Amino acid sequence: MSSIAQKKGFGATIWDFMTTVDHKKIAILYLMSGGFFFLVGGIEAMLIRIQLVKAGNDFLSAGTFNEVITMHGTTMIFLASMPILLAFMNAVMPLQIGARDVAFPFLNSLGFWLFFFGGIFLNLSWFMGGAPDAGWTNYASLALASEGHGIDFYTLGLTISGFGTLIAGINFLVTIINMRAPGMTYMRMPLFTWTTFVASALILLAFPPLTVGLFFMVFDRLFGASFFAVEMGGNTIIWEHLFWIFGHPEVYILILPAFGIFSEIFAIFSRKRLFGYTALVFATILIGFYGFMVWAHHMFTVGLGPTANAVFALATMIIAVPTGIKIFNWLLTIWGGNISFSVPMIYAVAFIPTFVAGGVTGVMQAIAPLDYQLHDSYFIVAHFHYVIVGGVVLAILAGTHLYWPKMFGTMLSEKLGKWTFWFFFLGFHLTFFIQHFLGLMGMPRRVYTFGADQGWDLFNAISSSGAILMATGVIILLVNVVMTIVKNERIGNDPWGDGRTLEWAIPSPPPFYNFAQTPLVRGLDTYWIEKMDGNKKGMIFAEPLGDIHMPNGSIIPFVISLGMFIASFGALYFMDGKPWALAVLIGGLTLMFASMLVRSLKDDLGFHITKAELLEDAKGGNTDGH
Amino acid sequence: MDINQKYTPQSWPDHPETATLEGKNKFVGFWLLLAAETVTFASLFATYLALKDKGPSGMEFSAAGLFELPLVFAMTMILLTSSLTSVYAMHHMKNYNFKAMQAWLAITVLLGLTFLGLEIYEFNHYVHIGFGYTNSAFSSAFFTLVGTHGAHVLFGLSWFIALMLRNAKRGLNMYNAPKFYLASLYWHFIDVVWVFIFTVVYLMGVIG
Repeated sequence: MSSIAQKKGFGATIWDFMTTVDHKKIAILYLMSGGFFFLVGGIEAMLIRIQLVKAGNDFLSAGTFNEVITMHGTTMIFLASMPILLAFMNAVMPLQIGARDVAFPFLNSLGFWLFFFGGIFLNLSWFMGGAPDAGWTNYASLALASEGHGIDFYTLGLTISGFGTLIAGINFLVTIINMRAPGMTYMRMPLFTWTTFVASALILLAFPPLTVGLFFMVFDRLFGASFFAVEMGGNTIIWEHLFWIFGHPEVYILILPAFGIFSEIFAIFSRKRLFGYTALVFATILIGFYGFMVWAHHMFTVGLGPTANAVFALATMIIAVPTGIKIFNWLLTIWGGNISFSVPMIYAVAFIPTFVAGGVTGVMQAIAPLDYQLHDSYFIVAHFHYVIVGGVVLAILAGTHLYWPKMFGTMLSEKLGKWTFWFFFLGFHLTFFIQHFLGLMGMPRRVYTFGADQGWDLFNAISSSGAILMATGVIILLVNVVMTIVKNERIGNDPWGDGRTLEWAIPSPPPFYNFAQTPLVRGLDTYWIEKMDGNKKGMIFAEPLGDIHMPNGSIIPFVISLGMFIASFGALYFMDGKPWALAVLIGGLTLMFASMLVRSLKDDLGFHITKAELLEDAKGGNTDGH
Repeated sequence: MDINQKYTPQSWPDHPETATLEGKNKFVGFWLLLAAETVTFASLFATYLALKDKGPSGMEFSAAGLFELPLVFAMTMILLTSSLTSVYAMHHMKNYNFKAMQAWLAITVLLGLTFLGLEIYEFNHYVHIGFGYTNSAFSSAFFTLVGTHGAHVLFGLSWFIALMLRNAKRGLNMYNAPKFYLASLYWHFIDVVWVFIFTVVYLMGVIG
């Protein structure tokens, strides 16, 4: 933060981040670890495309290829996309509603460390006897037959990180319900806050079925249960239902915050109020609602019967309507605006046609009879990469440029940002557009190779060459990040010049208490209203300057997560009959519950920043707090 | 919030659990957690119904033959009563009567322990006659559903006991009042889940 913070020793900085409960620092942790896993998942993607670059390639063995595709999907969804979005939610949402912190700072930290240890646990599988290899969907019939411990790393790792995500969801919901500044009514909340709100509600209701499914899988594989074992009366379709009751809302958990980021960008860089704010809000809620009613469209070919297929086909087509409403609102926001094509805006404009293409192929698959043809083909691979990369990843890249100055106080280079964009965007379409046709030509997904006589060589080679362009784009982004950190040119409150919401009215990065005085909100786009009124301070205040109550940092979240991490190794090796496994399981759980007990029994009342310290701060003193 | 502030029954707020911002946050957050718990149990119930009476060919166990209502009915009554006694405890909490609250909580804990003891006896009986966890899909689903509920009972009891011991000397304040309230909310939730288990697993099971 301030110069004083940077003079701290390396160890002290690490300890600070391990114990922090400050939502802005937790955001940085999420961004760094999510970014790391994004690179890991990206390398896995490159391995896939190298293997498929020509017919009959033997770069990867069939078994390794299965591990790589499984870990690519799992890593990108659970360990890269979601955490990076959680980073933006943590960094920006409390500022947007004028709050000093989230509702549960301690749980915020716990959520991060659970995600982090879950991700590490999952990836340790590479070094401990093989990664999961049943696809990211981990269908039970495949997963139960998988040898080694790969699947157990998947189930236990995702259980741990899933708890973390659930905690984050509850935390954001309560923050938005209870912690809004005076005047910040629901219908004055910025769109990114709204999408965070709805996505958090989806997390709340979608993650428990996944956790239940994962537990079933753990019990089946490690403790002799038979939920999915057909010969024992089990039913493998139960996994598919539980997985997709989670899995489809998960798609919206990812895309709604992406929509939120783009909504902010369209308004800022068109210098216009969002067109149809109310419609955008209700479309968001509708998407969240319908998101729970479409899961079986992933299972059309299972044989649920024509009635079930028809109902879910219809529901799936309906969900395209609110999404279409959003697209038109964004277009009309740009319409007649005073547009500035900064990097975030370029991403936003590129997102619209890309995402619409992904949406259209989605509606094609909603037609159940056609889906029988498309199911498990490369058409599906092309479709979900168009929505996930064309929607979520473009939003992540746009959000990184948009919010980097607010999170770190420096600007990423516009020039390098544009290079990243063009490499990534062109590379993306080169990689995935042609995969639609590979699918229609009959290439199944998840095959590790193909024959020279099948006629898929050229298109696969084109697809792989696109992947190289995407990787180049990401490398340029990394160069950009390093250069920006090295240059360290500090910027002011509102680096884009056209910020509309409260986060742009305070310093970049904000002081650890965010707002010395709680702002009073007078309408949508608070900061814009004050700017238009000529208010130099950027906001008016709801309270006089006074003492501020802040939460204490704590190492306990780290220790709780570590306990779960250790216990998972015990559960994992229990099946092998290792004598120490049970001891490790019990030891880990004891550590976890003991630290929870300490948290419950030891009073933690936080501390106060006095008015004198705040005044000192305003004069440019220490903004680090401790 | 000053933890050392002394209250009288007159100055104690009507709703101490939501009188502070921390309390309000915990209140809303806990209700949301219960929503997630509801979905968790819904998934377990759905799985149980799908796997009820399913097992390897020639399995001798079925819900109709296995379950006996008298014991389960006693367990139901005990748990329902414990929910009532926790209501009394919260009544006294709101009246700033710490001793009465502790007494009713102690009764709640005793009833909960009795319930748990009976459940362990019941499970032990099933295992004894060969209906173990690994017997069939039916047994896996049954023990996982009812056992998850039992684990919640155990957690709720531990929570009550920890709170009672921790605050035994210092009494009620604005910091621990929300904690007592949420523990009792959790206890009610466990009770509601049990009502569904009694209906769906045992009553519907015996009917066949």
